[in-house]
Amino acid sequence: MSMQLRASPHLHSGRDVPTIMRHVVYALLPVCAFSIWQYGLSSLALIVTVTLSCLFAERVSNKLSGAVNTLSDWSATITGVLLALSLPPAFPLWMGAVAGLTAVWLGKSLFGGLGHNPFNPALVGRAFVQAAFPTAITTWAPAFAPQRFTEFIPSTLTLPLMQPNDISAWVAANMVDGFTGATPLARWKFEHFVYPVQDMLTGAATASTGESSALLLLVCGLYLIARKFMDWRIPVAVVGSALLLALAFRLFGGEEYPPVHLVLLSGGLMLGALFMATDMATSPVSPRAVWAYGAVIGVVTILIRYFGGLTEGVMYAILFGNALAPLLDKYLQPKVFGGGKR
Amino acid sequence: MDRPVYSETGSEKGLSLLSAPPAHPPLAEDATPSHGLASLFSSWRRGSFKRGVHPAPHKGTLDQPIKRMPFPRKLVLPLAQHIGKPSVPLVAVGEEVVRGQLIARADGALSAPIHAPADGVIEAITPQPNTRGLWTDAIVLRVYEASTQEVRWGEPQDIEAMDHAQLIEAIQRIGMVGLGGAAFPSHAKLNVPADKAVHTLIVNGCECEPYLTCDYKLMREWPRELILGTRIAMRASGATRAIIGVEDNKLDALEALRPHLPPDGSITLQAVATKYPQGAEKMLIKSLLGLDVPAGGLPSQLGLVVHNVGTLALLGKLLPRGQGLIERVVTLAGPGIKKPGDYWVPFGTTLRSLLDWAGDPACQEREVILGGPMMGQAASTLDIPVSKGTSGILVFDKRMLEPITKQSWACIHCSECVNACPMGLNPSQLGMLSAKLEFDEMAEHYHLGDCFECGCCSYVCPSHIPLVQQFRAAKAFLRERKPL
Repeated sequence: MSMQLRASPHLHSGRDVPTIMRHVVYALLPVCAFSIWQYGLSSLALIVTVTLSCLFAERVSNKLSGAVNTLSDWSATITGVLLALSLPPAFPLWMGAVAGLTAVWLGKSLFGGLGHNPFNPALVGRAFVQAAFPTAITTWAPAFAPQRFTEFIPSTLTLPLMQPNDISAWVAANMVDGFTGATPLARWKFEHFVYPVQDMLTGAATASTGESSALLLLVCGLYLIARKFMDWRIPVAVVGSALLLALAFRLFGGEEYPPVHLVLLSGGLMLGALFMATDMATSPVSPRAVWAYGAVIGVVTILIRYFGGLTEGVMYAILFGNALAPLLDKYLQPKVFGGGKR
Repeated sequence: MDRPVYSETGSEKGLSLLSAPPAHPPLAEDATPSHGLASLFSSWRRGSFKRGVHPAPHKGTLDQPIKRMPFPRKLVLPLAQHIGKPSVPLVAVGEEVVRGQLIARADGALSAPIHAPADGVIEAITPQPNTRGLWTDAIVLRVYEASTQEVRWGEPQDIEAMDHAQLIEAIQRIGMVGLGGAAFPSHAKLNVPADKAVHTLIVNGCECEPYLTCDYKLMREWPRELILGTRIAMRASGATRAIIGVEDNKLDALEALRPHLPPDGSITLQAVATKYPQGAEKMLIKSLLGLDVPAGGLPSQLGLVVHNVGTLALLGKLLPRGQGLIERVVTLAGPGIKKPGDYWVPFGTTLRSLLDWAGDPACQEREVILGGPMMGQAASTLDIPVSKGTSGILVFDKRMLEPITKQSWACIHCSECVNACPMGLNPSQLGMLSAKLEFDEMAEHYHLGDCFECGCCSYVCPSHIPLVQQFRAAKAFLRERKPL
């Protein structure tokens, strides 16, 4: 007979970190499946490669720091899958692996691992390859190419440390109708071409691996919200503020600003708002700070897109929001019951 | 059952002894059932407070009546069972005492006397473990084998004839303290200072802690005494109205009370949302009246005084009879209890004798909790006695201990604790500050002093960080450093 001594409370809700993270991975699986349906072998290889490189980096960090094995908390898996989904489908695998290693080492392990990282690791990885491989990360491949399940997009299998293989011949050979190699936002910015809404909803639009079906992303996000694995206020604030600002520009600024559906359904806004801005470790905790954080991300996204050199902008907006999160938490603390006392 | 249920009837006389309280204006929060569309859903208005958690109720003992158990061979009565100065023994070693007899007197205004819970002989007056596991002076009583459970001590008294001072004194004389857990002497709480006028008595029947059912049983089985006790407390505190608040999963308790309400409408019944920690004073006041007790303040600042239903039921039961507080209803529950239920347990019954009788010997690695599972304390030894503030004895087995103790992670800023804290604090930030020993920062900028250790943050934390324990340590550090 032994007496156990523990501090109260003696009950627990039963939820733990791996459970939360695992469900985020579950929610991303349909998105992965859809991207494989769109881009075939290249997408599958990219997701697998980037995820494995993240897991590898995490394990090496564990070994070096003498910490317990943290692969079981699923957070490195999320980083890998999210990062892969945010890269272009034709991205060379070796560059994807570089992105994965950078994401975990520079974005997470350096700060002490899960919970201590100020920036979303997946976005750190993406920002790194955006700077390192500017051409590759803006080279887009067509969705639903007829041969996608039997052959890779040529650039996928580029040898390590080599320039990506040219894909224009492959695109021509596959004869994908209407493919221009530019994203909807870029086509607006440079030719004022309005992409049809239905293409953007069904995944036919040119985009990153996992961002092209806004509807599917929304459904997967709603699952996490319903199971309370995600703070619904963040996507609402991000999309809401972006929507309001885009509407205001369109109404008062006129035709030189893009129509609202282009803003909402492209450039990774949905993927970012639902799965990247909501990263728990790098978003604020107090309710008012959460709203402010979401609003900042939405507004900065629009400002980058309309007045900056980049066509997308969500990535930098979220990284900016991450940097701001601790400050927001400090100055927008929760309202204390009874007014608080000194 | 091992012993037949010992039946007792409440005082028929008591109700008529009290004069009707003065009339008061009708209440906005009146819980009179409505008969419109709303009654399709419920006849009770359910107030609530923000945030909080919903642990599984585990109230498997709800349907059984309150039972008695055989007397243990030995009772250990700590002289400090209440907040305030310890009682002063009036008996000598070797002296024979009768169940209900006064054996220790109150020492001053903030203190309470102790009565013998059983017939027996005083074996020793010596340090023994108290409820918190600390060794303090206690009277050890060897119980006679033939001791009867009938109380033959105490004189019926005419409450109505008493003036205010006599009433307060009579409440102190029976040794009544708050039975919700704090064990604050009831007479002191009811003796409202002249500069603070109390207009409303809040009767706390929430019992929001999982497993515990003792308050519910008292409401259902002793409604007449509860209402009488409420009226005594109203008179003692000067309140002109009383509101009995009960969680809406125990509406049958309210229905049991309804026939006993006085016709003048001074006592109303109100359901509140079933949510933890609904039974916390500040949360209940928020739910019932929509009022915020100022941080660091007391309900009396708002003209309110809060009492537990258990306290008032026993007050109504004992005061008219002039009998001392010698036993209370205790919930025995949890996987390590073979005979779960609510029992009249004499004070001084050790955990060892309780578990010898009701525990499961097969349960090896176990945690014994005094009180509820959210705020109760784990017992360090089975020599700890049940005292006036013990509402439950829970025995958890290995299976229930594992999920929390197995592993913990760094804070992932999930904000579950922020969304659970009923006081609107930021436990995540407080936890990180405490890990860096920034106790002053916690108190000055993150309102550490407002935390009442309800445990919601630790309960929800997916990283299994012992937040409440960290806050206790921080508070203790600050307390020790600043001499009072």
